[in-house]
Amino acid sequence: MSTLKYQSQAVAKPYFVFALILFVGQILFGLLMGLQYVVGDIVGGLIPFNVARMVHTNLLIVWLLFGFMGAAYYLVPEESETELYSPKLAIALFWIFAAAGVATILGYLLVPYSTLAHFTMNDLWPTMGREFLEQPTITKIGIVVVALGFLFNLGMTILKGRKTAINMVLLTGLIGLAVFFLFAFYNPTNLALDKYFWWFVVHLWVEGVWELIMGAILAYVLIKVTGVDREVIEKWLYVIIAMALITGILGTGHHFYWLMTPEYWQWVGSIFSALEPLPFFAMVLYAFNMVNRRRREHPNKAATLWALGTAVMSFLGAGVWGFLHTLSFVNYYTHGSQITAAHGHMAFYGAYAMIVMTIISYAMPKIRGIGEANSNKAQVIEMWGFWLMTIAMVFITLFLTGAGILQVWLQRIPESGEALSFMVTQDKLAIFYWLREIAGVIFLLGLVTYLTSFFVDKKQTA
Amino acid sequence: MSESFTKGMARNIYYGGAVFFFLIFLALTFHTTKEMPKRDHRENITKAVERGKELWEENNCIGCHTLIGEGAYFAPELANVYDRRGGDAGFKAFFNGWMKAQPLNIPGRRQMPNFHLTDQEIDDLAEFLKWTSELDDNNWPPNIEG
Repeated sequence: MSTLKYQSQAVAKPYFVFALILFVGQILFGLLMGLQYVVGDIVGGLIPFNVARMVHTNLLIVWLLFGFMGAAYYLVPEESETELYSPKLAIALFWIFAAAGVATILGYLLVPYSTLAHFTMNDLWPTMGREFLEQPTITKIGIVVVALGFLFNLGMTILKGRKTAINMVLLTGLIGLAVFFLFAFYNPTNLALDKYFWWFVVHLWVEGVWELIMGAILAYVLIKVTGVDREVIEKWLYVIIAMALITGILGTGHHFYWLMTPEYWQWVGSIFSALEPLPFFAMVLYAFNMVNRRRREHPNKAATLWALGTAVMSFLGAGVWGFLHTLSFVNYYTHGSQITAAHGHMAFYGAYAMIVMTIISYAMPKIRGIGEANSNKAQVIEMWGFWLMTIAMVFITLFLTGAGILQVWLQRIPESGEALSFMVTQDKLAIFYWLREIAGVIFLLGLVTYLTSFFVDKKQTA
Repeated sequence: MSESFTKGMARNIYYGGAVFFFLIFLALTFHTTKEMPKRDHRENITKAVERGKELWEENNCIGCHTLIGEGAYFAPELANVYDRRGGDAGFKAFFNGWMKAQPLNIPGRRQMPNFHLTDQEIDDLAEFLKWTSELDDNNWPPNIEG
């Protein structure tokens, strides 16, 4: 453990390890769903699609949260130049969150959802059965408790130490994450209000405060691997997140086009969300600029690759693929089609899965006592994992986009009476779904390759 | 970036911009919620509609279907299924038969589970879907197929 500046940074390790385990689960269920798209009755009534999807999306959210928490526990002590306020609390919260997460996933898999709802007394305070917020109310309360303990621990650490821009941005992002999650507890009978405020969790997370978290982690890693002056990197960080929030907050309007809302949201949402790619584009310029201006040759090439990769892929996935269907007159035809799915996959992978793997790549060799970086051989394998997963995700996105365009063409654009029905259209998309599934298998191979890199040349210092 | 543009300026744009646009967002949200009653016909939310929404949630319908385009993209849009499948004349009869016929067990076809709902529950769910079909959502979807 001698390679850590502050010993308490090591509490990040179980968070990172568990995040990657959940990531494997997410991909396996993704492959199952992909197969159900084309072989509808596979695994019969054993794992219905809705269950597989809940597991797939909830595992994603939870592993990213584990990743963010691990990242915070790792970088906040170093940024604050002090040990973590309470490593014991961090470990205790890890076990609470892990146990609650596993119990919830098992609940999804082992009993019908309605049984889970009754068993967890959803009728006392109904919050379940809404996309991404399927967790039983008791799990949601657990998430809030864990978040509060986590923020307390970080807050106390920052209070007694140095307050850097990275620390402050990360902390604001994490506080925002906790605050906006509270809207998960608001589930009015009136669907119009329910849907409107549901976006306060979903959009203001992924196109709001999560971008602060991503920006802070990326800035931290760039300072470490490039040695560029902190002042320069932090200035860029502020510019990028300023753009992210200025465009992203009113950009929420792109979800309000087809709710029970006034028409002006079609203008507000279109204009502001059309600008949402800008911060991601700035992030690409900045990441490459900083690496080109590097003042040191950091031995961890893999971490640098992840840092550049997350900037590029988030720009493509969140920026370009978001823009494709964000203008209201386009979205009228594409809303809730496979185009949405294409965008969702690349955006989550590029912005959030990759930023978590960036910090894992940078931090894990140090936490494991290997040194500044893994051995060359391990890094080469890690980079194979990077390319396999990233290229597979590009193809998943392209195939889903193809499916989406054809779906819009057959099902959405023709008049009633001439348009094909949903199910008939789906049959016509089968070739795209098969190709997507093949790309998904390659993604899994990439993930296995990536995980293998953790077990190669553990002792050797690069 | 130019040297005359300092980190302090960038920070102020971040905090100032975020607060300013968040306040605008809140103001628009306030206005939107004031306008909503004209579009959601909340006066028609009966006890049956209320129970129907609970059934919708407790059976995770959104895990396969979309409702006004939001949800999973595995099964048909349901915000307009009331109009697509018979409307006032025929929807309830169709829906009751449909729910009871699941799973269809057509080889290779996507399977909808049987949720073992009572006639009363199926009727409540139908009332929820009927109310949903009457929402003014700025004319989405483009056609009856959803």
